[in-house]
Amino acid sequence: MPRSLPLAALLALAAAACKREGAAPSEDRPARPAVSLQGAGATFPYPLYSKWIFEYGKQRPEIRVNYQSIGSGGGIRQLIERTVDFGATDAPMTDQELAKASGRIVHLPTTLGAVAVTYQVRGLEASSLQFSPEALAGVFLGEIARWDDPELAELNPGVPLPAEPITVIHRSDGSGTTAIFTGYLAKVSPGWNEKVGAGKSVRFPSGLGAKGNEGVTGQIKSTPGSIGYVELAYARQNKLPVAAVRNRAGRPALPTLEAVSAAAAAFTGSLPEDLRLSIVDPPAESAYPISSFSYVLVYEQQPDPVKGQALVDFLWWAIHEGQAMAPQLDYAPLPEAVVRKVEEKLRSISPSKRPSPLQGEGSWP
Amino acid sequence: MAVSVTALGRLSLPRRLAPAFWGEAHLGDRAFRLCTAAFAAGALLTLAALALQMTRASALSLRRFGPGFVLGTEWDPVRESFGALPFLFGTVVSSALALLIAVPVSLGAAIFLSELAPGWLRSPIGFLLELLAAIPSVVYGLWGIFVLAPWLRDTVQRPLSGALGGLPFFSGTPRGFGMMAGGLILAIMVLPTIASVSREVMRAVPVGLREAALALGATRWETVRHSVLPSARSGLVGAIILGLGRALGETMAVTMVIGNRAEISASLFEPGYTMASVIANEFTEAAGDLYLSSLAEIGLLLFGVTLLLNALARLLVWRIARLPDGARRA
Repeated sequence: MPRSLPLAALLALAAAACKREGAAPSEDRPARPAVSLQGAGATFPYPLYSKWIFEYGKQRPEIRVNYQSIGSGGGIRQLIERTVDFGATDAPMTDQELAKASGRIVHLPTTLGAVAVTYQVRGLEASSLQFSPEALAGVFLGEIARWDDPELAELNPGVPLPAEPITVIHRSDGSGTTAIFTGYLAKVSPGWNEKVGAGKSVRFPSGLGAKGNEGVTGQIKSTPGSIGYVELAYARQNKLPVAAVRNRAGRPALPTLEAVSAAAAAFTGSLPEDLRLSIVDPPAESAYPISSFSYVLVYEQQPDPVKGQALVDFLWWAIHEGQAMAPQLDYAPLPEAVVRKVEEKLRSISPSKRPSPLQGEGSWP
Repeated sequence: MAVSVTALGRLSLPRRLAPAFWGEAHLGDRAFRLCTAAFAAGALLTLAALALQMTRASALSLRRFGPGFVLGTEWDPVRESFGALPFLFGTVVSSALALLIAVPVSLGAAIFLSELAPGWLRSPIGFLLELLAAIPSVVYGLWGIFVLAPWLRDTVQRPLSGALGGLPFFSGTPRGFGMMAGGLILAIMVLPTIASVSREVMRAVPVGLREAALALGATRWETVRHSVLPSARSGLVGAIILGLGRALGETMAVTMVIGNRAEISASLFEPGYTMASVIANEFTEAAGDLYLSSLAEIGLLLFGVTLLLNALARLLVWRIARLPDGARRA
């Protein structure tokens, strides 16, 4: 019977495979993770989250976390549909979105993001430009249309601003970066608030749209006289020229990690109970004014106790040990007071009331 | 695309009589027929499901804006006011611009490759041409950002704006990025498709026709003009339709250079926006129901435009196929 020959070979192979698999449990670490957590959402914190997932996986190999950076909107949708265990977003969920969810959703700040204003102006490669909130809004509204505008010249004394038109480059894709930036402009400029407003996608009154941070950077690089905004980590890693923006105290602030953490720290006294808070235009001397929390979103009632516990453990680790990894990836760490608030929130997540004892004791308050 | 395949088929393949659908006695043949029929039905069902799903997804926007959606010129996600006309305009104009540039160039290339080029040159050039079609669109887009747009701005748009700046087509600040860059990059992308299909179509014209023309004392140009092109007509239209299909649906490369502003402007220097681009740009972060629904309606509209243009093209192919031969008319 020639037909049974391949079948026999297949059986033999299968038997061999079984044997090898049977040998695995003798190792001290379990071969397969016991819990698998699915997350989806914002692209902005993705490099940091994947670093966390990698490092955490080394400590707790039985917990596997998957994070897909499909965008904040997609993350929120999937969380509402309960197809993921946690979502992630840069801009907090709106009341309307929260109302659609089938349970209470908790906002947990994990890190801080900021938006840097970058530009390419002939002859100004070395110097850092300075903007007032009004001037920045004027440029993006198209009202300040030339680099040698008296308002810009007054802000930048001694800087040889060229007599060239300004080309605004903005994000064309919906993004948390745009939400933070337009949120800032809407707060500091009544004209912007009235004509454009704030959101992940807005109707920009002037300029060109480019896709992604890399698209904005690319168009700025190939367009002399252009100005745009990108997320801070991106600007730092690509060594783009960044502008200083005058904060509420009237001081010019460069987007440094310290200045971003300072912006969040300025609000710790007035943190709302649900932690949904815009931290643009903070009342602090050293703060950079265009920044925001980046959140992980979880349901307060976790349907699966094992998964829920694993999720709390992971997030607990992320807001403690994980914060130390933030600066090297150009993310600003959370201020201590915010970490305390997030701890409170994590304890409120049921069925787990506290991080499991497996967690590093050193991080207990 | 169905249009060009039938056009090709009509030219080169002898028509076979299909046996009656159920008439085959042999079990294997019947199974085979059923199987392939199922696949064909699958394609149709997918199309129907797609149309249905998109209509359902855009129900909210259809109810809210009605037919005014197509003619609305404002796209403001913050105020939830949506209109599709700028995207419709951008898609149609950028594709038309692309064909305007690509059709003469690619037909010329095809004529050279099939009629005039020496044998040793044909296959390498043909191969390179087809290679052009295999370049991913994001690569075209990057090249567009860093090479094409600056070049357009400095060497094409500045002089144009100086000489013809009074015309509405060339008014405004030359920035490189804009409708002109979008059309040009699309032209480059559809060129290999049109050229290589046209070359195949012309190659399929029987040698006897050319020899007859040459024997009558026709020049090379006359041979091409009066015997090759007329016979290849319907296939050539098919090739152009294939190119148009690619231009209408192309997303990434266009998005990277067109400027992405939902505005209608006569000037080729000004930015535009296409239907495929706005979906790609805004869908992932669109949160509101009406917003998502409006994006779905844009998708439905793109679907409709593609269908309409294909139907028109199909009609054109039929008309052309029925016309008396150009060679006889001349």
